[in-house]
Amino acid sequence: MAGDNIRTLFTSELKAINLGLESFSETLRREGTEAVQVDWKPPAGGDEKIAALIDRVENNPKLKRDAANDEAVSRVMRSKPTLIDIGIAADVVPGMHKKLVLHSGPPVTWEKMAGPVRGAVIGGLIYEGLAKDAAEAEKLAASGEIEFDPCHHHDSVGPMAGIMTASMPVWIFRNETFGNYAYCTLNEGLGKVLRYGANSQEVIDRLKWMDTVLAPILKEALAAHGPIDMKNLIAQVLQMGDEGHNRNRAGTSLFIRELAPYLVMLDRKKEDLAEVFRFMHTNDHFFLNLTMPACKATVDAARGIEGSSMITTMARNGTEFGIRISGLGDQWFTGPASKIDGLYLPGYSEKDAARDVGDSVITETAGIGGFAMAGAPAIVKFVGGSPQDALNVTRRMYEITLRENDTYQIPALDFRGTPTGIDLFKVVETGVLPAINTGIAHKDPGVGMVGAGLVKPPVKCFHDAFAAYAEKYGVAP
Amino acid sequence: MRRIIVRKDAYYDSVFLMLINQDVKKIDGIQEAVVAMGTDMNRDLLVGMGLSTDEVAAAGPNDLIIALDGSREDALKAAEQAVIELLQKKSASGKGEEFRPTSLQSAVEQMPDANVALFSIPGKFVAREGRKALERGLHCMVFSDNVPLDDEIRLKKLAREKGLLFMGPDCGTAIINGKPLCFANVVRRGPIGIVAASGSGLQELTCSIDKAGGGISQAIGTGGRDVKAEVGGIMMLTALEALAGDPETRVLTVISKPPAESVVDAVIETLKKSGKPSVVHFIGARRREDTGSVQFAPSIEDAALMAVAASGGPAYQAAEFSMDAAAVEKIVAREAAGIGGKQKYLRGLFAGGTLAEEALMVVHEVLGGVYSNVHPNQQFRLEDPSVSREHTVIDLGDDTFTVGRPHPMIDVSIRNEQLEKELASGEMALLLLDFVIGYGAHTDPAGAMASEIAAARKSVKDAGGYLPVIASVTGTEADPQVLSRQKRILEEAGCVVLSSNIQAARLAKRIMEKVG
Repeated sequence: MAGDNIRTLFTSELKAINLGLESFSETLRREGTEAVQVDWKPPAGGDEKIAALIDRVENNPKLKRDAANDEAVSRVMRSKPTLIDIGIAADVVPGMHKKLVLHSGPPVTWEKMAGPVRGAVIGGLIYEGLAKDAAEAEKLAASGEIEFDPCHHHDSVGPMAGIMTASMPVWIFRNETFGNYAYCTLNEGLGKVLRYGANSQEVIDRLKWMDTVLAPILKEALAAHGPIDMKNLIAQVLQMGDEGHNRNRAGTSLFIRELAPYLVMLDRKKEDLAEVFRFMHTNDHFFLNLTMPACKATVDAARGIEGSSMITTMARNGTEFGIRISGLGDQWFTGPASKIDGLYLPGYSEKDAARDVGDSVITETAGIGGFAMAGAPAIVKFVGGSPQDALNVTRRMYEITLRENDTYQIPALDFRGTPTGIDLFKVVETGVLPAINTGIAHKDPGVGMVGAGLVKPPVKCFHDAFAAYAEKYGVAP
Repeated sequence: MRRIIVRKDAYYDSVFLMLINQDVKKIDGIQEAVVAMGTDMNRDLLVGMGLSTDEVAAAGPNDLIIALDGSREDALKAAEQAVIELLQKKSASGKGEEFRPTSLQSAVEQMPDANVALFSIPGKFVAREGRKALERGLHCMVFSDNVPLDDEIRLKKLAREKGLLFMGPDCGTAIINGKPLCFANVVRRGPIGIVAASGSGLQELTCSIDKAGGGISQAIGTGGRDVKAEVGGIMMLTALEALAGDPETRVLTVISKPPAESVVDAVIETLKKSGKPSVVHFIGARRREDTGSVQFAPSIEDAALMAVAASGGPAYQAAEFSMDAAAVEKIVAREAAGIGGKQKYLRGLFAGGTLAEEALMVVHEVLGGVYSNVHPNQQFRLEDPSVSREHTVIDLGDDTFTVGRPHPMIDVSIRNEQLEKELASGEMALLLLDFVIGYGAHTDPAGAMASEIAAARKSVKDAGGYLPVIASVTGTEADPQVLSRQKRILEEAGCVVLSSNIQAARLAKRIMEKVG
């Protein structure tokens, strides 16, 4: 009978959710009643145009958005990213050739490239032997003879400038569930490195050492070890204080431990083996170039699902921030890359900072990184200072995601799964933007990392993507 | 001297900002203060006030604008500091301790056993959020106004289908399981169940019951439009059916503005079917004949006394005043004596809408017509609600007074400003006031008006006349403001304080009759 629910209310303890005037929940609390205060905002932040688009999507009875998103996010869950080998880009990365330079983020022309990216392109051309020095490389880059393309168009990802050229060794990942592959270069370390736009002889020499010593040794050790289940490894590091983007100390350590018994058995010079160990050990972010392709292999399995509003790519090229949506094919939606709200290394300040750059935001796209902030108390300084702030960053992300991860868990949240599968619809509706952890590059090529922090992606790309989504899937206005 | 600051992506609730505006404008040396979101309307407002800049023009609805105009640099500085502190007060309570969800859905995840959702968001968004709440099985109370009628009907039908309460829109008060929701008083619990389509009426009723020694099981508001033919009393009937089946409720009481005739029949039918003694008062309508278990009360206070009697309290006796006739006569003689000169008219300034209507009904006939912004008869409608004409009763909760500022139950300056106008006319012979306390209301409404009342009385006296100020306080001893304390403050300011709104109106009528 209809009155039953009301009579149940009369005999239950009152528990209230309050949207609006805060004094109403204060009143209830003072009278001993539990009340949750909602930080309510008008849908789409009061933007009437977007609100109308939301209506168009919600009013289409034929659109099975929930089912499509369910399929997309369940593919993310079912994915099994596995590290299988190291190869040379030209041999394994689809479409790679001598005159192709891959970069991070959405497409960008040489003219519009940010300082650090240009610096890295120059370094890449010198490394490939296509230019003798920076001046020649610059001329070549501007000549139109060199093809530029996003890593993402070639099943790849790259941190910061994300430059990948034909001769570079790359990690090879296979998604054992869906059979797709992902690639990423090996992490070069900190300081003057190509990914921050440095291109001096020191940088080129290190890249050559990586070709000739590091990569072959790791390849052999990996072959002896056999494929590594990265999902398993990432699940572990999240319980050891890493979030997989700005903190990779636990992951790097675990990776070394995993390979150590196989490395020491290799028939290689002791000095070289020691150097390989030392190289990995002194670079906390060595593991980042493993989480990234693992996340790429994971999320790529959810691309191209008709009707899905799940975000399958977020990436920045230093000029623009771009996203792609499962149900909208390969189209990019972009907005200007943001300045980063962060903490700076001594001697640097905001005025030294380049704009947001890199494919590493693939980690957030897959449900770790900033989304797992609650699991990384060591770096809470980036998000306000207290562990509670870090918890709140993660909790906020549940508002815009489709599911809780079944493998990646947060101990501090009672082992709740990380918020996974960003729903464009929810982002637009709530106005809550994805929380992205990131490093900050110096705006001039070659200086390197100057800080780290939290970046706010531009609202525009989400609104543009949603407009396209409503155009394709919504009822006519 | 101006200071204008735009904070990007800093959304605050408009009512919260209005409260800040109110505080900041009080700062010495500040002429104008606008703390508002960058909506089209607010930006236009700032252009009109000469407080717009390029940055303001570029602001969006999610950006906070702080625009200050003052006479001194230090005042601007103090005001800016005050705004920042007041804004932070809100965020501070959430920081480091409590996670605040941004959507209903995640609030439900945080509190899976939540059973009621309160809404004080802009009316046009109620349809969307209310539907989500109902679909999750939450009872709703909607304080918001400006909810389209179609939305209200749809939501109430859905609520009825799901057997849920949907109180409102424009429902300012309710008491569920003894807990005050929004604007409500702290009253004793007991066997009287109330359904009301009137906010301040419900407060006056519950307080009168409390004063008479009775207690409330549930007090359910429906919003004023519920009893119109278009809505058909869906929530009133739903709530009555629920109370009929509630073993804690032994007496049913209905208070409402006159409903559509079809709704009246359905209400009476439902009350009869309940088998419980019932008391009904339709504010401003002709008193009906009692029928079966249903009694009709001539006023809110009488409804309270009848309900208390039906619930086992002292037998009901109709009486104009709580005090004896001689005491009344003495007060009337004393208060009427000094009125003179240009002083001719009664002026009633009300914070509670229903209280204004109730007082109007009492004085209208006797004084040969009283003008009001809530008069049912067009002939006696004020052209401009803020300009009195002869005898006048004004509901200061009218939209005219509340654009961009909170309701007069919260913002007492609205009434103080109107009082100045009445004084300036020199025609005021008597001032009739209501004071509503309890949760949601101003923390000290009597105190906030006491000095203005005393000053008004003095200025009339200085001009050779006398100003009687007749008032009532809707509230209880258990309210945070404390009924007796409010009463004492008013009496010290020279007011005659009666124990109910209708008695205050009756006393005012008697004094005016005496003056002739």
